[in-house]
Amino acid sequence: MTLNRRTFLGTTAAAATTLAAPNVLAQGAGKPRVVVIGGGAGGATAARYIAKDSDGAIDVTLVEPTRTYFTCFFSNLYIGGFKEISDIGHTYGKLAAAGINVLHDWAVDVDRDAKTVTLAGGSTLPYDKLILSPGIDFVDGAVEGWSIEAQNAMPHAYKAGSQSELLRAQLEAMPEGGTFAMVAPPNPYRCPPGPYERVSMVAHFMKENNPTAKIIVADPKPKFSKMSLFQEGWNKHYPGMVDWIGEEFGGGNVSVDPANMTVTIDGEETQVDVCNVIPAQKAGRIAEMAGVTDGNWAPVNPADMSARADADVYVLGDSAEQGDMPKSGFAANSQAKVCANAVRGALTGSKVFPAKYSNTCWSLIATDDGVKVGATYEPTEEKIASVDSFISETGEDSALRKATYEESEGWYTGITTDMFG
Amino acid sequence: MSVGCRSLFFALAAGCLACATSAAAEEGDPEAGKEVFDYCSGCHEVGKGAEHGIGPHLNGLFGRQAATQVGFPYSESFKRAGTGGLEWHAETLDVFLENPTAIASGTRMSFDGLPDPQERLDLIAYLRRFSDNPRDIPEADPTIQGSDHDLDPEILALVGDPEYGEYLSGECVACHQAGGSNDGIPSIVLWPEEDFVVAMHAYKNKQRNHPVMQMVAGRLGDEEIAALAAYFGQLTEQKR
Repeated sequence: MTLNRRTFLGTTAAAATTLAAPNVLAQGAGKPRVVVIGGGAGGATAARYIAKDSDGAIDVTLVEPTRTYFTCFFSNLYIGGFKEISDIGHTYGKLAAAGINVLHDWAVDVDRDAKTVTLAGGSTLPYDKLILSPGIDFVDGAVEGWSIEAQNAMPHAYKAGSQSELLRAQLEAMPEGGTFAMVAPPNPYRCPPGPYERVSMVAHFMKENNPTAKIIVADPKPKFSKMSLFQEGWNKHYPGMVDWIGEEFGGGNVSVDPANMTVTIDGEETQVDVCNVIPAQKAGRIAEMAGVTDGNWAPVNPADMSARADADVYVLGDSAEQGDMPKSGFAANSQAKVCANAVRGALTGSKVFPAKYSNTCWSLIATDDGVKVGATYEPTEEKIASVDSFISETGEDSALRKATYEESEGWYTGITTDMFG
Repeated sequence: MSVGCRSLFFALAAGCLACATSAAAEEGDPEAGKEVFDYCSGCHEVGKGAEHGIGPHLNGLFGRQAATQVGFPYSESFKRAGTGGLEWHAETLDVFLENPTAIASGTRMSFDGLPDPQERLDLIAYLRRFSDNPRDIPEADPTIQGSDHDLDPEILALVGDPEYGEYLSGECVACHQAGGSNDGIPSIVLWPEEDFVVAMHAYKNKQRNHPVMQMVAGRLGDEEIAALAAYFGQLTEQKR
């Protein structure tokens, strides 16, 4: 930081206070407290920005159960063999070093009247502002025959880490000419192009290792994100391999039998070797426990991501119902910065700037064949509304597609640095 | 050149711009352009037997994707522009010749640009002689008109608020690393403020063709671009 008049005065004021009341400052008591639940793209970013920009004036605690966090974005590239699992794992050492209290524990309850969070380990955290960024949970009974107990037989791999490794191992163990099935989710869900990037990555793996294998996708939707780009890519790189069964052909009428490894689509039963079930989704459970959800998601105020139900609770990323933004890591990161600015303003009187949101989602279809979609957003009274957008075009030349993939790798490093320091 | 100095230059130049514009509506004079090419000939060859020198040779320029000639080590900045779809024709050359960094911030070409629209038009007319199939023959697309692309001096003179820039920078650092890495996505830290402002306005005005950047810059106001330039221009190790 360069020393200018403002920071010089600030430093002097703080030093004077220290002399007057050293004990108070030394213990950090009296500082406003922010508790952040969830250490992903929303939570880690919010914690980091509040701590970084408030220069120690706010006490920030980040609650995240896992010590190594695997990003859902780029986890398909691990499944396709373009990344190692270690490439998408991140730890919280730099956030802790930056003064954030990182607690590896589960948040099990929120008392909004007492303004406390209870952890599975038994401790209670008081807060002035609470930020919930818990990602997704699955809707019970969304796919007939599947429940979370079946996730080892039929993995969802929609929370990255061990589930991604399991799905990858199942692909490697598939018999020659075997069948991979995916049950795709209904809207809205985390990462709109995610299931279709995954289909591309599975197809890439099969083309190299098991070229006579087949891929069936049962989809309850009539269309999907970047559809023409993916379908063009599947025809180009993996002709005849992918059978996408949309709503029109009964793709929404699906049941599975994890014990016998069968999938029944519109009455027709198929024996499969690997089945990736991505169920319908809802806000992470702690949002529901905090009582800020309405239906499956938590409605928020578009200007600052505060919950409609409680001005001292903010909901970021996948769990939030905000309007036009997709549920993506990029979106959560963008929302976190607006939220951090608002929280800091409310607690320390720092300047609050108007909200600006943006999103870009890159997807990899095959080696060096990357595509992207993105938009900018601004808050209106009722929702976060899209103001401008773009999407890659079909028929782009290979140099541009390669540059787009390289750009996505640059973005991955950029956003994970922005999240974890 | 400092912002103040440049602004003064523009203030002085503004008086003759009106007359220059009407002259520029006509076709350029290739014979006059041959003399303008003296600015370029220290580094660029054109015509029969032309080879790459300090800069690439300029034969067959019209209709060519930028930075695609074999055997010339283009800057990363130009390669990006070419991959992103920059193609040379009268209109893009006009923007480039007026202010090269508007098109490619990291170009190694050490040339401040030609502020006189007539000189640009003449030079473009001259260079067109060395392309087999220029797109702007009279009966084709009307791309011969010179135009005034450069930024309003008031925009360049704006002093940005780095505190606002720091807040706005959140959108940038989701992709561009504050640490200045150049892999896959170019570095945007420690640029001269004017270069930053020129580049962002070139995206905003769709003279540069990266879709994400056109979208991001498209909704930023002049003050916001100035604020970002001020913030990233002074980003020190500590702040990152």
